[in-house]
Amino acid sequence: MSSPGDGKGRPAPVRPSLFLERQSYRRRRLADAARLLPFLGAAMLALPLLWPDESEAAEALPLSSAMFYIFACWGVLILISVVFGIAARRMAAREDAEPEAEPWQR
Amino acid sequence: MSRKVLLIEDEPNITEAIRFLLTREGWQVETHAEGTDAVQVILAARPDLVILDVMLPGKSGMDVLRDLREHDEMKVLPVLMLTARGQSRDREMAEQAGVSRFMTKPFSNTEVLTAVRDLHAQASQS
Amino acid sequence: MATLNILILVCLGYVVLLFGVAFAADRLAARGGGKWLRSPLIYTLSLSIYCTAWTFYGAVGNAARSGLEFVTIYLGPTLVMISWWWGLRKLVRIGRSQRVTSIADLISSRYGKSNTLAVCVTILAVLGGTPYIALQLQSITLSFSIFAEADPTGLYREGSSVFWVAAGLAVFAILFGTRNLDANERHHGVVTAIALESVVKLFALLAVGIFVVWGIAGGLGPMMDQIDASEIGQWHVDAGRWTTFIFLSAAAFVCLPRMFQVMVVENDDESHLRTAAWAFPLYLLLMSLFVVPIAVVGLDLMPEGSNPDLFVLTVPLSQGNDWLAMLSFIGGFSSATSMVIVTAMALSTMVSNHVVMPIWLNTQEGTASVSGDVRTIVLMARRVSIAVIMALGYFYYRLSGGGAALASIGLVAFAGISQIVPALVGGLFWRGATRTGALVGLSVGFLLWIYTLLLPGMEGGIIPASVIENGPFGWGWLRPQALFGIDGIDPMVHTVMWSLSLNTIAFCVASMLSFPSPLERLQGAQFVNVFDHSAAPRGWTGSVAQSEDLMIMTQRILGTNPAQEFFQAEAERQNGRPGRLPEPTPQFLERLERELSGSVGAATAHAMIGQIVGGASVSVEDLLAVADESAQMLEYSSQLEAKSAELSRTARQLREANAKLTQVSMQKDAFLSQVSHELRTPMTSIRAFSEIMRDTDGLSEAEQTRYAAIIHDEALRLTRLLDDLLDLSVLESGQVSLNMGDASLNEVLDRAVSSALAGGDRKLSVRRVRASERIPLHTDLDRLGQVFINLISNAQKYCDAAEPVLTISAHDVGGQVVIDFTDNGGGIPPEAQSMVFEKFARVGSDKAGGAGLGLAICREIMQRLGGDVAYLPGQGGAAFRVNLPLAYRQAAQ
Repeated sequence: MSSPGDGKGRPAPVRPSLFLERQSYRRRRLADAARLLPFLGAAMLALPLLWPDESEAAEALPLSSAMFYIFACWGVLILISVVFGIAARRMAAREDAEPEAEPWQR
Repeated sequence: MSRKVLLIEDEPNITEAIRFLLTREGWQVETHAEGTDAVQVILAARPDLVILDVMLPGKSGMDVLRDLREHDEMKVLPVLMLTARGQSRDREMAEQAGVSRFMTKPFSNTEVLTAVRDLHAQASQS
Repeated sequence: MATLNILILVCLGYVVLLFGVAFAADRLAARGGGKWLRSPLIYTLSLSIYCTAWTFYGAVGNAARSGLEFVTIYLGPTLVMISWWWGLRKLVRIGRSQRVTSIADLISSRYGKSNTLAVCVTILAVLGGTPYIALQLQSITLSFSIFAEADPTGLYREGSSVFWVAAGLAVFAILFGTRNLDANERHHGVVTAIALESVVKLFALLAVGIFVVWGIAGGLGPMMDQIDASEIGQWHVDAGRWTTFIFLSAAAFVCLPRMFQVMVVENDDESHLRTAAWAFPLYLLLMSLFVVPIAVVGLDLMPEGSNPDLFVLTVPLSQGNDWLAMLSFIGGFSSATSMVIVTAMALSTMVSNHVVMPIWLNTQEGTASVSGDVRTIVLMARRVSIAVIMALGYFYYRLSGGGAALASIGLVAFAGISQIVPALVGGLFWRGATRTGALVGLSVGFLLWIYTLLLPGMEGGIIPASVIENGPFGWGWLRPQALFGIDGIDPMVHTVMWSLSLNTIAFCVASMLSFPSPLERLQGAQFVNVFDHSAAPRGWTGSVAQSEDLMIMTQRILGTNPAQEFFQAEAERQNGRPGRLPEPTPQFLERLERELSGSVGAATAHAMIGQIVGGASVSVEDLLAVADESAQMLEYSSQLEAKSAELSRTARQLREANAKLTQVSMQKDAFLSQVSHELRTPMTSIRAFSEIMRDTDGLSEAEQTRYAAIIHDEALRLTRLLDDLLDLSVLESGQVSLNMGDASLNEVLDRAVSSALAGGDRKLSVRRVRASERIPLHTDLDRLGQVFINLISNAQKYCDAAEPVLTISAHDVGGQVVIDFTDNGGGIPPEAQSMVFEKFARVGSDKAGGAGLGLAICREIMQRLGGDVAYLPGQGGAAFRVNLPLAYRQAAQ
């Protein structure tokens, strides 16, 4: 199982560096954001459950407002997704440009 | 008194030569050419001296000598051993077996006669 | 007024267009062209088979009944899509790397390729899918009937139209869905066609929506007012249903066979997800944008009691906008057909792969399983499955009577198929999930779904009303719609809550209690860590590693003492305390892996540590590497074996050579000793007699002559001995030069016999068969003659018969001359027979011969001549056989 650059003999044990380089740091934060997105969406879509209902309150929320809110949320989620998609594409392009040595692809 | 020598040798020419020499010295020479029954022949002939060849058909001279010395009355019988294989190992073996004198072929006639005389003299004294 | 006939014509034209598109796309893909066929756009559009006729027509109906609740069905998939990074991406990656063919295949593959699980999932999918197909057929018939009502002239029969629709869809699915077998070959034709249909249905719905908002309501503002003023104009949503439906639609979006088909199986490129992640939610948003306006306007315009499910169609019709209605109809038709086609395809794959093929293979056991054979069988199985599934849908529709019961079937199917979710999600993210867990969980969820939702919902009372009200056998806590006495919940929410929670609990508990098979663990690792072996940096994260396990494994591999030493040294290095186990730091793991790889090979070591540490997975590549390594080790060990065999062979040869050398050395000593003896003996006689003649006076004449003769004889004997010795040494050293010549055997024998008999003084009669001796020879004639002479004179010397007779017979035996010399004497005693060819070997005490070198010389000569001489036992007298090749060839040196 040769690690990259294991030209002769055994490689010195690789100490994982404490600080990631800027790009991979960015990539990780982006991935974090992507993971959080559905929770944001779920929270936004759970909000209507708190709205006054026609059965319990005299002043129920008009449907048009509800529609507006929900479609706005929807749009926001889509927009964030677009941004994330573009960012991910850039990342992927950069990764392709400097391919990582993959230990399993011999 | 007549001295009797028993010559055990399988080479007829050598037998003839020794017989010729010892007869002239006054020995009564008896011969035998087999190793197998040599001990019995010696015990029966009761010679004063035995000349024994090593390379005998049937049983080697060494064995004959060894067996001969088993018999109490034969412990001091002078035995002159002749061999054509003059290796030191043979001499040692012969001495262990209880040889009186060991001689390598070819020998000079004088040597044989001297040896026979010496052996007989020693035997007579003791 | 659009007539039914025009509608049918348009419909047929549309179908022909679909066929054309599918066909063209297939052709294009087959020729390797059409990059756009594999574009993210097509992928996104193909995902929209999620929007079936149920949503195309039913969303408006739903909105008309319960306001915004319909939107949950779209919000669930939206959430799934935006979480693509850790959800769908993984699913698609696994699907591609494992060459998964269906959702059933995925579940089966994850849990150790269990076919039982696959069959369960397949049954679940078919059970949920069939009514769903029926629902689509119903929507098509309903929409037809709308036009039929409007066109009294048309001859419209509901039953036959459904039949033809179902048949046509089956043909389409069979034609384009089972064209090729390999699941990795994607169905470009079908996908492109459904992408087109997606565009059509979106366009149709948007067109109706725009017509409604701007054509009827008079703009956005008035529309909003109208909405708020309508009977659904106030926010009213059941919290339980809202969350349940979002969850359910999200689950179904992933688990539905048709969705899995387009999302995972037909996926060309993982990166398409990146686009679909926002494009598909956008599509859904657009699809649902005008649902409420259409519903509100429909409620306002249409007469009381008209079916809100068909507002999309009836509102334009009521406004006289026939062409818009026609477009809307085509949109609904598109939704229905695309769903039916893909569902039939996906289900047929599952049915054929997991039900038909295993059964077929079982019945075929023992007979030849030719691959080509199987191919056609699989394709046939798929085609038949499609037909059967369509037929099931058709009959379900006919039997259920197309009533309102079908309307709820969409959600019922969702609830059913979502029972896969615990097994699926658990399988993707939890390595501890086992086959038993999946089976138990699935079964629990499946049974609860049937008992609490499917059966009670069916018309015709499969479950008696008494059971629904009082529970089976009067057990109130088992009432199908109020399990454990918890009453008053919406039936759908009730089912989803109970079935999925109990499903999940059963799945987790059974997983933890059971132990996975090696294959399962392997697959589990591959699924859960699908990203790790392609992108993750090398190295171990030891967080989960257990030093004890590592220690045990290491002991097994390295042996107890070396392992303990290694671990102690490591512990010392880590914290200076050698008495404790070291922490499984990445560095330690790497060192350990290297240590182990020395013993078991790198890949095996990696895989082993991987198993224990759990931080990395065992990929197919790992396994291949292990296999490779094992093969190499096997080869290596067989090489070692060969080497060790060679070594022991060499050692044996060496021992033999050594023994031979010792023997040779001893032989040499013995030989020298013999030579010495043989030389000294005649010398003794010569010396003794020459001294006698010299020293003795008065020897008689006769004595003198006799002694001189003895001397002479012995001198001759010495000479002979020296000659023989010389001869033998020349022959043995191989330096003898052969003097080849040609003669007939009888000539050589003539010469040998005469010279042998001339030299000897004993009488010997020689018998020969001259006729057989006419054999031409090419050999060293003198040497051969020497052998013959020796043999003849031996007979002459040693034959102890009164009338010695030597018989010489010659035969030509297959390129060899065989000459036997047999005398009529007593022969050589058996114990001496092996000795006669040895040097100085003499039989008996007879001294008549030479030094006993004659036969040794004979044998040397014959071997030089490429033949041999041997003693022939059991011939009466002494018998020697001489073998000689007819044509001399260089004897092997």
